Amino acid sequence: MSTLAQSVSDGVTITKRNLLKIYRVPDVLVFSTLSPIMFVLLFAYVFGSAIEVPGVNYREFLMAGIFVQTVIFGATWTGASLAEDLQKGIIDRFRSLPMSRSAVLIGRTTADVGINIVTFVVMAVTGLIVGWRIRGSALDAVFAVLLLLAFAYSISWVMAVVGLLVRTPEVVNNASFIVIFPLTFIANTFVPTDNLPGPIKWFAQHNPVSSVTQAARELFGNTSPAYPPPDVWPMQHPVTYSLIWIAVILAVAIPLAINQYRRAAAR
Amino acid sequence: MGTTTVSAEGLVKRYGEVRALDGMDLEIPEGTVLGLLGPNGAGKTTCVRVLTTLLRPDAGRATVAGIDVVREPQRVRKLIGVSGQYAAVDENLTGYENLDMIGRLYHLGGAASKARARELLGQFRLDDAGDRTVKTYSGGMRRRLDLAGALVARPQVLFLDEPTTGLDPRSRTDMWATLSDLVAGGTTVLLTTQYLEEADRLADSIVVVDHGKVIAQGTADQLKAQVGGEVIEVVVADAVRIPEAAAILADVGHGDATVDDHTRRVSVSVDGSRPAATALIDALRRLDEDGVAVLDVGVRRPTLDDVFLQLTGHAAEEAVVVNGEAGRTTGKGDRR
Repeated sequence: MSTLAQSVSDGVTITKRNLLKIYRVPDVLVFSTLSPIMFVLLFAYVFGSAIEVPGVNYREFLMAGIFVQTVIFGATWTGASLAEDLQKGIIDRFRSLPMSRSAVLIGRTTADVGINIVTFVVMAVTGLIVGWRIRGSALDAVFAVLLLLAFAYSISWVMAVVGLLVRTPEVVNNASFIVIFPLTFIANTFVPTDNLPGPIKWFAQHNPVSSVTQAARELFGNTSPAYPPPDVWPMQHPVTYSLIWIAVILAVAIPLAINQYRRAAAR
Repeated sequence: MGTTTVSAEGLVKRYGEVRALDGMDLEIPEGTVLGLLGPNGAGKTTCVRVLTTLLRPDAGRATVAGIDVVREPQRVRKLIGVSGQYAAVDENLTGYENLDMIGRLYHLGGAASKARARELLGQFRLDDAGDRTVKTYSGGMRRRLDLAGALVARPQVLFLDEPTTGLDPRSRTDMWATLSDLVAGGTTVLLTTQYLEEADRLADSIVVVDHGKVIAQGTADQLKAQVGGEVIEVVVADAVRIPEAAAILADVGHGDATVDDHTRRVSVSVDGSRPAATALIDALRRLDEDGVAVLDVGVRRPTLDDVFLQLTGHAAEEAVVVNGEAGRTTGKGDRR
């Protein structure tokens, strides 16, 4: 078998193992879908009554933001699971086998795309119930979903680095919350960015979370001519800007994660 | 003897100030079982981790089947099976799924992996539990599954890191029976253990390690011969009389007497100059004269415990208690 075929086959084996775990321990999936449902309901009915977005129903405006936030939180699962496998000695077992070095990480991040797909479907249904509608073309909607998943996939690799560095699932969760909350709140996810104070506004408009949100909003047709995107390049070209970010994150995080995998396990 | 399958020369591994391995040398001839014996923190696990490619040594060289573990780890991994101290099986998978997965990761192919998984489940008496998740397994069953995992690819060399640590006595005896069958098959095995009885039962030769270094090696009999002749023992009825008994035994025997306060057992080895029975009668007469009541007496061959005590100045079990859960560090302060 060629090296590439072997990597793919090992990756598939590890992905299957990780998906079986989700099936056997469904708590993870239950809680990673319950919290976004709670977010949809809280924002739609509590904050939504106080936030005005010109020309767009707030619940439609909100959903793209919630989608992005949720898939990012979904990505923390990558780090927590790797830390757990490290703790339990399963990574040692894998490393003593003649398998591909990257397979454990590829299998992990791929399985986590699976978790994110399920979470996305549950959230989309909740959104449809509270009044969210896809007003663009079906093709654009599919592209929006793919963009969300691709962004989450890149964040998964960042979380893989974190998980292998801190080695404790609980710490992974706490550490990533500290980063994810500001990242997803200093953005256009839940509120329009126009009235934010100077530096925060700049950050919000260049934050990849904002560009992915903006791209999803446009592709789902949840925007209005009455409320045009801010006049900065990332917000004017959200799809391109998001794709650049995804590529850069992957290019940096994948080698870092693989290197950390070799070092973390080699204590 | 045949060729050497596993060899290590001058292995050094430092963790900060601590030298987990401090110039460790090993040789395992093909088809034999080497027992690596030592207390917690002696460097056994570190040594296994280097030989199984999980850890790079700071210095020294190690080969498995002639292949350098640092330079060509992937080739080494194809030849070895590893069963770890911490039962690294996935508890959310069934026993069957665990073995099947390992087979696929050894690149045996789907059909062969499935067949091998079923075969091993049968061999390790896990057929009935094979389709239950490992979470439901007892400690002994997990260890058997972990061991089965190490055997999936019919490895040339097997590394068993403390295969019975943490098992209850019944499961341990059970595991010993399984391991005896296994090693009778002629696989080259490196077995680490804190249990002298385990090394005695399973290993062809024994290497005693302490502080990351080899301090003695040989067959169990050779090591016992180092201690000297037989051992006489008395169990004292009243704990306050133990010091007197110890003094009397030290007098009739060779060297200091060993005292186990808990069982009130006092023992001493006897040099070859006179029969142990004579020394025992001598001791009993003097104990009787002094009015020290004894509950039990005996003469026995020295055990590896005696060997260990003499070599390291502390008993193997005692060291375990002193170090507690020291894990891979070698910091053990109080030696007795």
